Amino acid sequence: MSLATALKSGDVTLLPGKRDEDWKWTDLRGLLRVLPAASPASDAALPLGPFGDLGEVEIALVNGRLRGDPAALILAAGQSRVLRLRFVSTAEGSHAAHISIELGEGAALTLLESYEGLADGYVADAGLEITLAKGARLERVVVAADAEGAVSVSSTVVILAPEARFAQTLLTDGARRQRIETRIAHPGALAEVRLDGAYLLAGKRHADLTTVVEHQGVDGTTSQLTKGVVRDQSRGVFQGRIVVEEGADRTDARMRHNALILSDKAEIDAKPELLIFADDVQCAHGNTIGALDEEALFYMRQRGLPETEARALLIEAFVGQVIERIDHEPARDLALAWAADRLRA
Amino acid sequence: MLHIENLRAEVDGKEILKGLSLDVPAGEVHAIMGPNGAGKSTLSYVLTGRQGYEVTGGTATLDGEDLLALDPNQRAAKGVFLSFQYPLEIPGVPALTFIRTAMNAQRKARGEAEITAPAFLKLAREHAAALKIDFEMLKRALNVGFSGGEKKRMEIFQMAMLAPRFLILDETDSGLDIDALKIVSEGVNAMRAPDRSMLVITHYQRLLDYIKPDKVHVLSAGRIVATGGPDLALELEREGYDKYARAA
Ligand SMILES: Nc1ncnc2c1ncn2[C@@H]1O[C@H](COP(=O)(O)OP(=O)(O)OP(=O)(O)O)[C@@H](O)[C@H]1O
Ligand SMILES: [Mg+2]
Repeated sequence: MSLATALKSGDVTLLPGKRDEDWKWTDLRGLLRVLPAASPASDAALPLGPFGDLGEVEIALVNGRLRGDPAALILAAGQSRVLRLRFVSTAEGSHAAHISIELGEGAALTLLESYEGLADGYVADAGLEITLAKGARLERVVVAADAEGAVSVSSTVVILAPEARFAQTLLTDGARRQRIETRIAHPGALAEVRLDGAYLLAGKRHADLTTVVEHQGVDGTTSQLTKGVVRDQSRGVFQGRIVVEEGADRTDARMRHNALILSDKAEIDAKPELLIFADDVQCAHGNTIGALDEEALFYMRQRGLPETEARALLIEAFVGQVIERIDHEPARDLALAWAADRLRA
Repeated sequence: MLHIENLRAEVDGKEILKGLSLDVPAGEVHAIMGPNGAGKSTLSYVLTGRQGYEVTGGTATLDGEDLLALDPNQRAAKGVFLSFQYPLEIPGVPALTFIRTAMNAQRKARGEAEITAPAFLKLAREHAAALKIDFEMLKRALNVGFSGGEKKRMEIFQMAMLAPRFLILDETDSGLDIDALKIVSEGVNAMRAPDRSMLVITHYQRLLDYIKPDKVHVLSAGRIVATGGPDLALELEREGYDKYARAA
């Protein structure tokens, strides 16, 4: 059951929906009665995306069709690179894309990935497969700027070798229905994962951040921080699962999800899970969902800040705690600006 | 400067201030003492416009201007500053960023130009040094993880930076060690000026040894029930509030 298989076969009954435990809050089956026809090809030039011209190489998937040399997605041992990967939708209809990224031993990649809705009402699927060899490092910063009427699913599978480091920050403002999923096979063995995200939703937008990390060996760390801000009638979904398999001792795994609900019609569904089958582990998770702290707001106003400014400052600081964990400084600045735009809109 | 007449206010439908009258002329420092639950913090919140504190009667004016009609931030821009009994934590916002944002918001409200970054930093370094605040602490999120005493010191630092005209200190001495009490008091005394007044809420005479008040008021059961000179504080310290509780 996936959007990709449904699109390939044209069979709507293959769409994931309410009856699938993992998809109960992001029902595609109930939403799409028919699958739209394939989107047309496009050879129009693309405007700059959320990451501008940062980095050395750009690969784009425009309505599912590749532009650029995919060889750039394969890094030989010791190579390093900053790369933009853009999933762009310029027309209605449906499209799917699949990408593989491989890092050889000790290679380093900064992946600046964006989802850009230049048209509305499309149905898009993206699949990524990321493999890191021993000691490789990848920082993935994702800005998902899908269109308001879009249905968009992105699923990534990450396979790590010992001593690899995978760091991810997802920023999204949702879509009509949007799901961004990350599944990580974690070997332990001094490999490190940072798995962050922020959803900033307004209107009737929906975003679902789903993650699964499977710790399969000793001495692995995972640090996960997700923040959400929902306004109007929007809906945020966070499903985070960390599994520590039997024998994966000395795993250090921490998961936090903190969200702000700024209107009574907005909704958040959160399911943080730690499934631990090993004995000697350090694991913790925290989950808070609440309104802005009114007492803090009064304090700020007593110091002279007008209410709207006080609110904006609190919210931006709240989301900023995710963004400041981005290592790549120019990407961090762009991410901050993107988030500030969404929050002040 | 501050003129309060027959002020009545309730919280959650319960009347806390029951016809409170008080005058603090320009340049003077007045102390307010009174038993727990008398309404001292309530008075400070009513004067600063906290939500949920409903004024049901009376007036409060600053230099003739109706304070009660203004938003909390407008009152701040007019120069009203409250040093909180329990300062709030502002996660993710460095103290310096917060104070600069507040200062510029006040300036904007008064139609003044923003302070430049170098001028702001210079001012911050001076006041931090005077209050023996480690400058590094000002880069941390405001009050997050600060000790009780550090939070109080940070209140006085903000006060020094923002240079308000009317200062309300709500139990600023509680939580301060002996040295900190002295430093903070010196900071407060340095702000004494002919066009600036202070209302100092405290339970302890000791603070008033450092910050010498022109007058001392007893607030009991929502009203000012006695007013005197600095000697009144000494008397209260000896005899407690018994006699005023009965009077109230
Ligand atoms: N939300 C509320 N609902 C009902 N009563 C309240 C509420 N908030 C405060 N009060 C009451 O108002 C009264 C005055 O409280 P206030 O905090 O002003 O006292 P205070 O004089 O500052 O005391 P302290 O010396 O202990 O600081 C107390 O009896 C308190 O219980
Ligand atoms: Mg009090």
